[in-house]
Amino acid sequence: MAEEIIIPEADNQEISINMGPQHPSTHGVLRLVLSLKGEMVQKVEPHCGYIHRGIEKMTESMTYQQIIHLTDRLDYLSAHMNNAAVCLAVEKALDIEVPERVKVIRTIMDELARIASHQLWWCSFGMDLGGLTCFFYGLRDREKILDIFEETTGSRLIQSFYCPGGLMADLNPNFQKKVKDFIVYFRKILPEYDELLSGNIIMMERAKGIGKMSKEDAISYGMTGPSGRGSGFSCDVRKHHPYHAYDKVKFNEVLRTEGDTYSRYMVRIDEMRESMNIIEQLIDNIPAGDFAVKMKPIIKLPEGEYYQRVEAARGEFGVYIISKGEKNPYRMKFRSPNFCNLSALDTLTRGHKIADLVAIGGSLDYVIPDIDR
Amino acid sequence: MREIFNYFKSIFFALKSLWTGMKVTGAYFFKPWKIVTQQYPENRKKLKMYERTKGELVMPHNDKNEHQCTACGICQINCPNGTIEVKSVTVETADGKKKKALNKYIYNLGMCTFCGLCVKTCPSDAIVFSNKFEHAVFNKEKLVKTLNKEGSTLKKGAE
Repeated sequence: MAEEIIIPEADNQEISINMGPQHPSTHGVLRLVLSLKGEMVQKVEPHCGYIHRGIEKMTESMTYQQIIHLTDRLDYLSAHMNNAAVCLAVEKALDIEVPERVKVIRTIMDELARIASHQLWWCSFGMDLGGLTCFFYGLRDREKILDIFEETTGSRLIQSFYCPGGLMADLNPNFQKKVKDFIVYFRKILPEYDELLSGNIIMMERAKGIGKMSKEDAISYGMTGPSGRGSGFSCDVRKHHPYHAYDKVKFNEVLRTEGDTYSRYMVRIDEMRESMNIIEQLIDNIPAGDFAVKMKPIIKLPEGEYYQRVEAARGEFGVYIISKGEKNPYRMKFRSPNFCNLSALDTLTRGHKIADLVAIGGSLDYVIPDIDR
Repeated sequence: MREIFNYFKSIFFALKSLWTGMKVTGAYFFKPWKIVTQQYPENRKKLKMYERTKGELVMPHNDKNEHQCTACGICQINCPNGTIEVKSVTVETADGKKKKALNKYIYNLGMCTFCGLCVKTCPSDAIVFSNKFEHAVFNKEKLVKTLNKEGSTLKKGAE
């Protein structure tokens, strides 16, 4: 006689489970507490702080040159942009105009870092959806950019290449040739990305119409970067508040209005093309000149408050410095794009399945050290 | 009728999109010379790093066992992590002046973040980054290194 198994009110019961901190699809040590009804996600509660290092506090005991090596440990994939934010804030406070050469090199480096970051995102997004092939193809092309970085800056991931007043070193003689070769190569290879993943039926079924975010919600959550632009929020700092040499180059701000996972995906793919356009316009006419302004060995900012924002690979990265006229900042605050994008995760995933949560999380492309700082 | 047509159409397009992706991977399967994987531990002898690669901090000595460090301690001040410790002694030169000289240059590789400030700020170019990147050791005491060699002296004219 088979006994009837009765689970009391199983259908209506909300179960809460942990996802992470050790889970491959959270891209780091992020802990998400999910409230589930069956397979449907009712609520997502991100718990941060597993990789908190107190970088904002550490900066208070460091000189402005030393802070640089900490900011590339925030969002390690857009290390150049984070460094640029600190350098630009210090230069703004001291009223220093850096040479044209520095501006152009910084622009090229930033865009290369953006391409490299989006390539790695493409790898991991494919892997989140179950396509392991993408990982190898993306990393193969990213390797070429890392080689360019290594030859000029000396490091591959965490470069610390910028310093207040300019650059740490001049360009390597091979730099221009290598970048040009890479652009030719990558223009040929980027359609492969589309063939492998963008047009794939499994990917489209899992991404289209999943995790919709309206423009109003994106603005009120402060979603910036490709995630915000996928919802039609025009938020490109390069376009609206140009820094470096962005006011001299022509490029389009990639905007999509659907606001779902697929549109966030396509924004990033198109941004790689735009970044290549920017590099192509600049690489042939890098002006001659010094690679740094002569700075005092100890930089003291005048008393006051300074804010500088840049467009990192994941959105708007801001640096807020309060100076009391000493060699260390009195307080330093980082506005990190990933923290704001993560806050929208609850709204995005409500009513979707757990598998969709992984896809949506992949499309937001969060880097955990940037969230926890 | 239309629904059935659309149903088969969607199946056709789904299979086509899968075939497009498989074509890319299949092309690489038949072109193995396009694969760029580095066989790392096997190619160690041929492996050449870039000149600027920041492997570890070293103090170059010339063939007379002379270095260029004047023990000024600027690298120690600039290091954000307390990686470097310059131990100096006061020596008396031939004409009776008291001068600082390098006794021990201690570098803790385990604490180094390779920001490059020490090399950049060094006024006498006494330290550089070498390309050696295989740092694995069995205990962390071995990561604390003394960079100046035994019995080395300051290079003449480098003061």
